[in-house]
Amino acid sequence: MLTHLPILQVILPLMAAPSCLVLRRAGLVWLFAFAASLSALAVSALLLQQVLANGPISYALGGWQAPWGIEYRIDLLNAWVLLIVSGLSSAVLAAAHTSIASELDGGRQTLFYTLYLLCFAGLLGIVATGDVFNVFVFLEISSLSTYALIALGRDRRALWAAFQYLIMGTIGATFILIGIGFLYMMTGTLNMEDLAARLPTLGNSAAVLAAFAFIFVGICLKLALFPLHQWLPNAYSYAPSIVTAFLAATATKVALYLLLRFTVTVFGVEFSLARLPLESLLIGLGLVGVFVASTVAIYQVDIKRMFAYSSVAQVGYMVVGVGIGTAAALQATLLHLFNHALMKGGLFLALAGLVYRTGACRIEHFRGLGTAMPWTMAAIVVGGISLIGMPLTVGFVSKWYLIAAALDRDLWWLAVLVVLGSLLAVAYIWRLVEAGYFREATGSAVAARGEAPVGLLLPTWLLIGANLYFGIDTRLPVAVTAAASQFLLGGGP
Amino acid sequence: MPLASLYNYWIVIGLMMIGLYMVIAQGNLIKKIIGLNIFQTSVFIFYISVGKVEGGSAPILDGGEHLYSNPLPHVLILTAIVVGIATTSLALALAIRIKRSYGSVEERDIRAQECPRPGEGGPEC
Repeated sequence: MLTHLPILQVILPLMAAPSCLVLRRAGLVWLFAFAASLSALAVSALLLQQVLANGPISYALGGWQAPWGIEYRIDLLNAWVLLIVSGLSSAVLAAAHTSIASELDGGRQTLFYTLYLLCFAGLLGIVATGDVFNVFVFLEISSLSTYALIALGRDRRALWAAFQYLIMGTIGATFILIGIGFLYMMTGTLNMEDLAARLPTLGNSAAVLAAFAFIFVGICLKLALFPLHQWLPNAYSYAPSIVTAFLAATATKVALYLLLRFTVTVFGVEFSLARLPLESLLIGLGLVGVFVASTVAIYQVDIKRMFAYSSVAQVGYMVVGVGIGTAAALQATLLHLFNHALMKGGLFLALAGLVYRTGACRIEHFRGLGTAMPWTMAAIVVGGISLIGMPLTVGFVSKWYLIAAALDRDLWWLAVLVVLGSLLAVAYIWRLVEAGYFREATGSAVAARGEAPVGLLLPTWLLIGANLYFGIDTRLPVAVTAAASQFLLGGGP
Repeated sequence: MPLASLYNYWIVIGLMMIGLYMVIAQGNLIKKIIGLNIFQTSVFIFYISVGKVEGGSAPILDGGEHLYSNPLPHVLILTAIVVGIATTSLALALAIRIKRSYGSVEERDIRAQECPRPGEGGPEC
C-alpha cells in the first residue's frame, strides 16, 4: 500500500470525480468530495514524511521501468507542493457546501464537485509526474475543468471570461506541447531525469533553445506572469466564489512549480539562468508585474477583482525569487508559494462569506462591515496584513527571505523595490479597512446582514489562523523549503 | 539537408501562423475556434513528422527485421487529438451559451454590452 502512494495521490480524486455523478444529492456529493480531498491530503502528508526520511521516491506506472514507462517521481519540491495543493483544496472544499448551495442551483452542484475533483486530480498529476508528456495531459485535464468551473458563475460575464481563458490557456498548453515535441526530437526521451542528463550534451542547439522558449512562454501564460496575465482578473472575478478561492490558492502555484521544474531540473540552472538572459527577464517582468498589478488593484471597485490583480503582483515576487537563482532565493519563492496560498485562500473564502450575505463584493459593500460582519472583516484585515508582509504573519517571512536573498547578491536596489511594492499593498488594503471601520453603512448594499455562516467562517479562520501560526512558528516550512531548494540546485530531480 | 526535403515542417510553420493569426485577428468566436483548431493541427503534423523514419513502415512484428517509423510520437499525438476535441467541444458549448445570453458571437458586440460607458470598471473597460 505505502509503495503505491505516488499513484494513489492522483488516482483517488480522479476516480472520485465521476463517482460524484452517481450520488446525485448535493449534500452527499459534498461529503464524498470532501472525504476524497482529505484522503489525498493524508496521502501527501505521508509522502512528504517518507521523502523527508528516505529521499526521493520513484514509482514506475504499471511496472514499466523509467525511461520507457511513465515514472512518478516524488522529491522534496513536489512533495511540498502536493501538500500545499491538497491541504488548500480540503480547506476550500470544507467551505464549499454553504457557499455553493447559495450560488448554484441544485442540478449544477453535483457537476461542480465532479469538475472540482477533476481539476484537483489534474493539478496533483502535474506535480506528481516525472514525465513531460504526462505533464501536458494533466495540464489539459485541470485546464478544461477550470474553464467549465469558471463558466458556472452566475454572471453572464463568467461565460465570456471562461471563453477568453480557454483561448489563452489552449495556446499556452499547445506551446508547451510544441516544446515537448522539440525536446523529444532532440533527445528521444520524455522522462525528466533522462532529459536533464541528455540535454547538456547537446550544447547550444537551436532546437533546444526553441523548446525552452515555447515551454517558458506556455508556462508563463498559465502562471499569469505579467504581461500574460490578461485572462486572470476576469476569470477570478466572475467564477463562483469557491472556484476563485480554489484557483487562487492552487492553480498558479502549480504553474510556478512547473516553471521551477523545467528551468531548474529539466534544463538545468547552467542552461536557463547562466546561458540565457532569463535572470534579468524574470526579475524585470516580476518587478513590473508587482508595480503595475498593485497599482491597478488600488483602483478596482470589485474587491474580488482587486485581489485578482494582487495575485498577479504576488506571482511577480515569486518569479523574482526564481530569477535571482540562488538557493536562498529559491527558498524565498517556495516559502511565498506556500504563504500566498494561505493568504489568498483565506481572503477569497472571506469574500465568499460576504458574497453569501450580500450577493456581491464591491467596495460599497464593505461600508460598516466591521460592525455588521466583524469576524469576516477581521479575517480580511489579517489576511491583508499578511499580504502586505507585516511581522507575525507569513507574508513577512517570505518577504524577509526574498530581501535577504537579494542583499546576499548585492542587489540592494531589488530589496528596496520589493519593500516599495509592499507599500502599494498597504494602499489597497487600507481602502478596505477605511470602508469597513470608518464609514457608515449606506443604501441597499447592507440591508439585512449578519455574520457569515459557520460553515464558511470556520475554514476561513482555519486559513487565516494558519497565516498567523506559520508567521510565528516557521520551523516546518523553513526546514522543508531550505532542504528542497538545496536539493534542487544540488543535482538532478 | 536541402530545404525541400523538410517541406512538411514548412507546412507546420505555415499552418501554425495561420491558426494563431486567426485566433488573434478574428472577432467571431466560431472563427477563433477554427483558428485554434488549425493551430493545434499544425502541432499534430509536427509530431507525426518527427516520428517518421525515411523508408520506414509501420512497426508490425512479422518475423523478419525491417526499418520502421517511431510509433511513440504518433501515440502521443493521439492523446493530444483527444484533448483537442475536448477543447473544441467545450469552446463550442461556451459559444452557444454566449450567443444565448449576449445574442451574438461577435467579440465587438459582446464588448459593447460589457462596457456601455468607459470607466465603468467592467472586464474590458
